Amino acid sequence: MAELACTPGQTVGPYLHLGLPFAGDNQLVGDAHAGAIRLHGTVYDGAGDAVPDALVEISQPGPDGRLVRREGSLQRKEGAFTGWGRCATDAAGHYSFRTLTPGAPAGGAAFFAVVVFARGLLNRLFTRAYLPGSDLDADRLLRALDASRQHTLICSAENGGYRFDLHLQGANETVFLAYRGDAE
Amino acid sequence: MKAAAEPARVESQPAITAEIARIAADYQGKDEPQPLLDYPPYRSSRLRHPKSALVCVDPHEVERWAPCFGSRDVNPVDADLTAGHPGEPIGERIIVTGQVLDATGRPVAGQLVEIWQANAAGRYHHQLDQHPAPIDPNFTGVGRCLTEPDGTYRFLTIKPGPYPWRNHQNAWRPAHIHFSVFGTAFTQRLITQMYFPGDPLFGLDPIYQSIVDPVARQRLIASYDHDVTQPEYATGYRWDIVVAGSRRIWTEQNADDG
Repeated sequence: MAELACTPGQTVGPYLHLGLPFAGDNQLVGDAHAGAIRLHGTVYDGAGDAVPDALVEISQPGPDGRLVRREGSLQRKEGAFTGWGRCATDAAGHYSFRTLTPGAPAGGAAFFAVVVFARGLLNRLFTRAYLPGSDLDADRLLRALDASRQHTLICSAENGGYRFDLHLQGANETVFLAYRGDAE
Repeated sequence: MKAAAEPARVESQPAITAEIARIAADYQGKDEPQPLLDYPPYRSSRLRHPKSALVCVDPHEVERWAPCFGSRDVNPVDADLTAGHPGEPIGERIIVTGQVLDATGRPVAGQLVEIWQANAAGRYHHQLDQHPAPIDPNFTGVGRCLTEPDGTYRFLTIKPGPYPWRNHQNAWRPAHIHFSVFGTAFTQRLITQMYFPGDPLFGLDPIYQSIVDPVARQRLIASYDHDVTQPEYATGYRWDIVVAGSRRIWTEQNADDG
């Protein structure tokens, strides 16, 4: 079958807050949910300054490692977990999700799939936020990376959850991904 | 505001246009269907693009699926940006429609499409937009819908005006509508901008020109479609969106996730 040419991306621009955030967008589970954790961090630019006009989305399996294919991400009723969330950064470049710990897929390490958009960033960037202590040595992506860059994909554990900072550029620049099989 | 603090040095439009032309010449004939992330004429990109190459990876299961949205998520009236206010918005009423497809031409059905835009005067309903054009009390400029089984989305809205920004002296963006689109996989996530045919600002705009392949960037321009136009009501534009890859291909290849 003939491949269609893909539509190019463009920056999310400075007015992303008009179109994208919605009530409860970063609350993948209710605060009373057993096992609720926080995943949070700051988005930085190449000068080390926080990026206050970025948007982060995550996709993840549940704690059992299985995907939840359920509608309701925009109107979560009774905090039903769908495995997807969105959070615009605040004035300090900070984002935060209340979610569940993703389980490891069979034979792999557990991670949050992450995509980031920002004013000044002309196309989205994909990455992964791996859980520390997960079976990281088994992961093909991490194994293939230069040791000096692996840490950019691994969350730090902290009380009540995980921290994952994103560096769009600079000494600690996050490893960003291109997916094999894309037509790009 | 940080947005107002950039750029450090304010260039003229001719200087920016010359930078655009130099980069276009460097990339002539090269296959670059997506925007360059490192594109100095767009000043805000300087510190916001990775310098290392993207690392190629086989998508894992979680990356081969997209979130599901349903009728519970999206109210059908959200696709009408002219509704929801006490009066009619000012401006040229338009219908914007098209199909969301994957690269194999299969429709992306039941997926979320979100849009946001300036009003007819080029003013965003956003506190950061303070340029002296009128706010329309009857227009917020935000909509969303789910695609039909054949991938069709459809919005009723107002044609946005061009608006000034601070990238350089006398900088104006061509009129556009921001689109946020999901495919059937996380890997297909797309945020982009739809433009209108014949905009005189195309050649001057570093965001549009960051797609250095002239054929590729025309994929962001909608077509006027008289079959979409409704008599004495609204003119019609058609714009199809193609998201990358497809989950089916990966499944057939039985991708090894390790």
